[in-house]
Amino acid sequence: MSESRKYPFPVIDSDICKGCKLCIAACPKKVLVISEKLNSKGFHFSEYVGEGCIGCGNCFYTCPEPSAVTVYLKDYVPEEVS
Amino acid sequence: METFLLPRRSSRRSPSFTGCNMEKKTVLRKPKGFINVYKHKPGAEKDRTHYCPGCGHGILHKLIAEALEDFDLVEKTIIISPVGCSVFAYYYFHTGNLQVAHGRAPAVASAVSRANPDSVVISYQGDGDLAAIGGNNINQAANRGENMAVFFVNNAIYGMTGGQMAPTTLEGQKTTTTPYGRNVKTDGYPIQVCELINTFTAPVYIARTSLQDMVNIRKTRIAVRKAIMNAKDKKGFSLVEVLSMCPSGWKKDSLQSQQWIKERMVPRFPLGVLRDISEEAETIERPVPVMDPEEVKKIFGYGDFKASTIQKNTEANIKKISLRVSGFGGQGIMSTGIVLANVGMEYGYNVSWLPSYGPEMRGGTANCSVKIQEDTIGASEVTEPNMIIAMNQPSLEKFEKIMIPGGALMYNSTLIDIEPTRNDVDIYNVPITGMADELGDTRVQSMVSVGAFAAITGLFDPKEIVTLIPSLFAGKPDKVLKMNEEAVLKGYNYVTENFSV
Repeated sequence: MSESRKYPFPVIDSDICKGCKLCIAACPKKVLVISEKLNSKGFHFSEYVGEGCIGCGNCFYTCPEPSAVTVYLKDYVPEEVS
Repeated sequence: METFLLPRRSSRRSPSFTGCNMEKKTVLRKPKGFINVYKHKPGAEKDRTHYCPGCGHGILHKLIAEALEDFDLVEKTIIISPVGCSVFAYYYFHTGNLQVAHGRAPAVASAVSRANPDSVVISYQGDGDLAAIGGNNINQAANRGENMAVFFVNNAIYGMTGGQMAPTTLEGQKTTTTPYGRNVKTDGYPIQVCELINTFTAPVYIARTSLQDMVNIRKTRIAVRKAIMNAKDKKGFSLVEVLSMCPSGWKKDSLQSQQWIKERMVPRFPLGVLRDISEEAETIERPVPVMDPEEVKKIFGYGDFKASTIQKNTEANIKKISLRVSGFGGQGIMSTGIVLANVGMEYGYNVSWLPSYGPEMRGGTANCSVKIQEDTIGASEVTEPNMIIAMNQPSLEKFEKIMIPGGALMYNSTLIDIEPTRNDVDIYNVPITGMADELGDTRVQSMVSVGAFAAITGLFDPKEIVTLIPSLFAGKPDKVLKMNEEAVLKGYNYVTENFSV
């Protein structure tokens, strides 16, 4: 994860996302959108617009896929790669 | 109906949730309660679930897995997965798993919980599983107050099988089996499981939550954590009913499905905590069952058997007994068989006794199979008897046909007027009931049969049987013991005096 990015922010695995749009509805800041692109399964996946995330975790808790959404919160310290 | 009361002030903020020492999270990622790579899942896609887009199962799975990670219970948990879409819960959870027959998850969870009292046992069930085929299982487990957390996913439909009507299907709801909508006149009303379970005394926590929006998902998260904590603290039975969406079964998209929960399901299934007595509830401690063989013998009244020092008769007429005892219920058929098997055991033989009877205690027909032999016994049912004790006419007619040639047929000549048709077997007509009546009690006819059996086979010495009677009839008055002793000798003497054996 590039350190220049501003925390908090979500990371959505575009290949695992099934495009159900629950996260888009749950996002209070409306910073998630559905992509025009298709993933390998043929779903329009959801994406982060790049800024505006407040780290509420709604997208994480509403997402039915265990590993599709990861949210790095404000105090997150990137693990050093040795 | 109470509105959704968050159980306790302390549990409002999840980081300081009862008994839990979580550090504040800095990242929300796939919980450790899930297997990293779903290696048990067939096919190539081992990084994602099999659930449809927008399915409520995935959300609840995540909440459970997160709680297990946060409370450090992953290693201690056993999840019982049901039949339904969540049948494959064992693909995903990094816990102990059992997949059980339809509706039986609470029964199996009860056994797991009793056998491993320190485990956290979770029964994860859908509405077809819990409320339809397993309806009684959940009631009994709840009534026993088994220490388990039950997560009940209510989506008002049979999702996996293609959208049929479930017990929780709403009035008027169209499904593939109710194409004009559920008609209460023919299909009844939706079952409200939480309200039903709330009628039992034992459960400690009953809540109904929903996945309709973020507020309710977070309430569900609290309820899930509460239920898992109760299981960990051995508080007893917790039920969390989760109103969940089934976009495929409902033929809606995921957002319409959430809307449908809000507009249609919630009015019929009111949300809230119906009961929370987990803080007052005492930790379950169950008595340790009796496992000591001597103790078990005492409980069942077998008394003290002496060690098997009895000399076997190597000259016996029949050394390997395959016996069928048959007659009316109440004629002592079963006790004849049990006594013979017990005496055989005292002699050091391998024995088996297998009863077969109708639903009536008295008056119906009954029979039992007894095997007594030196070598080990395979099947305990006797299909080709070499000996028959027939106490009434239907029994004689039925069982003489299946005897092997050269066997011994004893029948109760007091009650049977006809002659046996077989001429390739040894026939002993013994007035068993008559002799018992002479002794003063018809009930001792079983011991008359035992005495006659000893005489015909030569396998047992009547004196040995007499010495065993006090332990076979432990707890009975002396008068009864005396009468049974006389009965054995009477039966034995009748046969030795009237037949050449």
